[in-house]
Amino acid sequence: MRNVRAVLAVLAVMTLVVAGCSSSSTTDSGGTSPSGGPMLVDSIGKGEGTLSLVAWPGYTQKSWVDPFVTETGCKVDIKYGNTSDQMVNLMRQGGGSLYDGVSASGDATNRLIAGGDVAGIDVNKLFPEYANVMPTLQSPPHNTVGGVHYGVPYMWGPNILMFNTDVVKPAPTTWEPVFDANSPYAGKVTAYDSPIYIADAAMYLMSHQPDLGITDPYELSQSQLDAATELLKTQAALVKKYWAVYTDQIDGFESGDMVIGTAWPVNQSVIVADKKVPVSSVIPSEGVTGWADTWMMSANAPHPNCMLKWMEYTLRPDVQTQVAEYYGATPSNAGSCEQLSKDLGKDAVNYHCGDDAFLSNVYLWKTPLPDCGDSRGATCMDYNAWTQAWLNIRGG
Amino acid sequence: MESRGVKALLRVASGFILMFLYAPLLIVVIYAFNKNISASWPPNLFTTKWFSVAWQNPELRPAFFNSIKAGVAATSIALLLGTLASFAVHRFRFFGREAISFVLVLPIALPGIVTALALSSAVEVGRSWFGLNFGLLTIIIGHATFCVVVVYNNVIARLRRTPGNLVEASMDLGGDGWQTFRYVTFPSLKTALLAAGLLAFGLSFDEIVVTIYLSGTTSTLPLWIFNNIQRPVNRPIVNVVAMVVLIASLVPVYIAQRLAGGAEAGVSRRNATAA
Amino acid sequence: MRRSSAFLFRHRRLRLTATLGVPLTWMIVVYLLSILLMLATSFWRLNALTSEVERVWGLQNYRTILTQPVYRIITVRTLTMAIAVTLTDLALAFPIAYFAARVATPRTRSILLLAVVMPLWANYLIRVFAWKTMLAGGGPVEYLLGHVLGVNVSLAATNFAVWITLTYLWLPFTILPIYAALERVPGSLIEASSDLGARNFKTFRKIVMPLALPGIVAASIFAFSLSLGDYLTPTLVGKNLFLGNAIDQLVGTAQNRPLAAAIAVIPMIIIAVYLLIARAFGAFEAL
Repeated sequence: MRNVRAVLAVLAVMTLVVAGCSSSSTTDSGGTSPSGGPMLVDSIGKGEGTLSLVAWPGYTQKSWVDPFVTETGCKVDIKYGNTSDQMVNLMRQGGGSLYDGVSASGDATNRLIAGGDVAGIDVNKLFPEYANVMPTLQSPPHNTVGGVHYGVPYMWGPNILMFNTDVVKPAPTTWEPVFDANSPYAGKVTAYDSPIYIADAAMYLMSHQPDLGITDPYELSQSQLDAATELLKTQAALVKKYWAVYTDQIDGFESGDMVIGTAWPVNQSVIVADKKVPVSSVIPSEGVTGWADTWMMSANAPHPNCMLKWMEYTLRPDVQTQVAEYYGATPSNAGSCEQLSKDLGKDAVNYHCGDDAFLSNVYLWKTPLPDCGDSRGATCMDYNAWTQAWLNIRGG
Repeated sequence: MESRGVKALLRVASGFILMFLYAPLLIVVIYAFNKNISASWPPNLFTTKWFSVAWQNPELRPAFFNSIKAGVAATSIALLLGTLASFAVHRFRFFGREAISFVLVLPIALPGIVTALALSSAVEVGRSWFGLNFGLLTIIIGHATFCVVVVYNNVIARLRRTPGNLVEASMDLGGDGWQTFRYVTFPSLKTALLAAGLLAFGLSFDEIVVTIYLSGTTSTLPLWIFNNIQRPVNRPIVNVVAMVVLIASLVPVYIAQRLAGGAEAGVSRRNATAA
Repeated sequence: MRRSSAFLFRHRRLRLTATLGVPLTWMIVVYLLSILLMLATSFWRLNALTSEVERVWGLQNYRTILTQPVYRIITVRTLTMAIAVTLTDLALAFPIAYFAARVATPRTRSILLLAVVMPLWANYLIRVFAWKTMLAGGGPVEYLLGHVLGVNVSLAATNFAVWITLTYLWLPFTILPIYAALERVPGSLIEASSDLGARNFKTFRKIVMPLALPGIVAASIFAFSLSLGDYLTPTLVGKNLFLGNAIDQLVGTAQNRPLAAAIAVIPMIIIAVYLLIARAFGAFEAL
């Protein structure tokens, strides 16, 4: 008896020691100081020979990565991230020193910036090509904070409403078929499996319940979030399966289990190429959410110069055209549009390349923050509240 | 003892259960020869092109070798720790004896995600203390921890079945501790260790959840499969890889089975005559 | 060599320490401390603004789990699934284990055991994905159900899909301990029982089953605990969330390790209770 108690006591003490002594599990701030102004990276030195990236699948294909490796001597190592949350996790692992950069979407960028995980870059000084970036993406709130740019824009795209043209007739013009309790496609709907999808519900409510007073689908008060949550709980009964990884949706549509739902353009491209089921997509009247991805550099990047070279490389119009054509997304460099139209012919219109008017109407993903950015002050629901709400929707 | 009807019923039932076990594997094999990339039914047969594509995949070979390395290292550690622990429990009486098997079984009894969460938090602490990084080392540590119980169970079961008088006889005949171990104890454990080692290696080779949380940038075969199963272009080669691994493991598993089975029969025969 | 051997022989305590000490130290340092650290984390909380873990001790996470209904729903769903899978696995494992242990010829037996073990060497993800393909719309299972049984139902992304996949995955783990336990029942006891006049089924019920029970309980540990925490199978073939999903999402999505740790306590408690019951049945000797 004495021995057991002794062992337990030792274990308890060791735990407390370990718990007390170890530093917290996030990174150092990497050079930004609130009082003295941020430390901007403003020069590119010699390449270190290696570059390790966290990227969305499809963003780093050999056809444009290999020329980069040849040109700069930076060998590229890719870790694929399937969700924004996974990417945030990866960038924070090892104190931010495991990866040099990440192709972050707007629901990840602000978290990385707030956490001090990414470095501020003097983009105008380092990258002359930056001047050709579409106006809406020059200093968007999802990657530019306090006048400091935290990366360079890459691809952007809308979350479209995709549907199986054999089953869904006539072609929908609103998001109603995926939200309405009496949808004719109940049991075959799909939705994006991430808390950020709450913004789509909020956007729907902007048109269908205007007295809620939602102006920005990412800045919701408690009652607005509750209304969106209710809508999504109704939708849960319609959903066959939520898709988190894009192949889930491709499988779902091709097997006939899903016939309508929110999608990325690349999903549509793959399904069309597979020629198993006919699909089409629309931009519904309530509007669309969307994403604009930014290449960001870790504040503790082990190979910063190679990362900066990568940023310069991926801003080039010819590279962005290549990526756009492969991935099915739209380049942020307006200089790519000419080549894109030439290559794609009449299909190019779906890309809205260089169409700043269209882009400015897309509700781009951004991290929900307490600061509402309007007269309500700092009373909005933050990402934590959104994830809790999402768990309530998905878990029930 | 059983009636003929019951025996026939059991035979039929076993047949159906075996079909159940192998139906999905048949699907895997079929899809390894699927012309289409997509995973939908029915498949479009027949092609062998994915074999060469898989062979040329630049990420596959490092992942495969990492899995082998991790498996061998974790199994070795587990063999050492498990054997020591089973000797301690079998040969000595000490306080907390029963608690040992409880503690050893925890890593495998608790859900993988709990183990993964606990170990990854610990590695984060280790990182801030002495620069421990996520990678092959942390994977090996994680795997070894839940493989220990497999070795422990096998070895202690064998120890319990081995007559104790052999050790005494060896010492009576003048053998010291080490000689007794080498010439008497170890040979009777050999096949148990082999079976346990194989099972432990299999567990490590296939492990995914704990590995996801502990791997950092390192890739293992299950991680490679996990990543590629979600990328449409690479899905067919995943099926190819699975099929090849399955067929390749037939030989060592069969050999291990024969050795373990033969020795088991030998031990129980010896016990029956000694009783 | 002989001197060290004699030295160790005389010093029993030292031998014990050397033998037991190494594995025990490993388990304590690597595993037990990690678990305790995780438990400590469950009493801390996540600072919403900075996304950092604050070492402020409190019961806030446990309060969240107890008051928000979603955690109860998920726990009940997971527990039900684990029990269902365990029962199905035992039901499927017993006939083939009995056949292998007591009916089959030695040659058939070794082939059978090999056949049971081999599927474990096909990767876990592959096997789950094969079920996803089989259960998908337009797939072979749907075809069979529709044309042979006349049942038109979509099994993709359902709890049923999770149940059948989990049952499939753990079946070999369930068969082996039951086989081992049945094989160990001495033939002499069965002969004695029939000599004393008991008919087949009575012998089975009164002699074989009680002796095999520890093995059966040991087999159930695998099926139960593996099902309790699995999150990859529900993610791939299911739609609803289970305990493992909740934990994984809270770490991955919300990066809320304290709350994830608190939720992790739920399956830990369930397993601990299950293990204690299993130990009473003598299952640890039969693992």
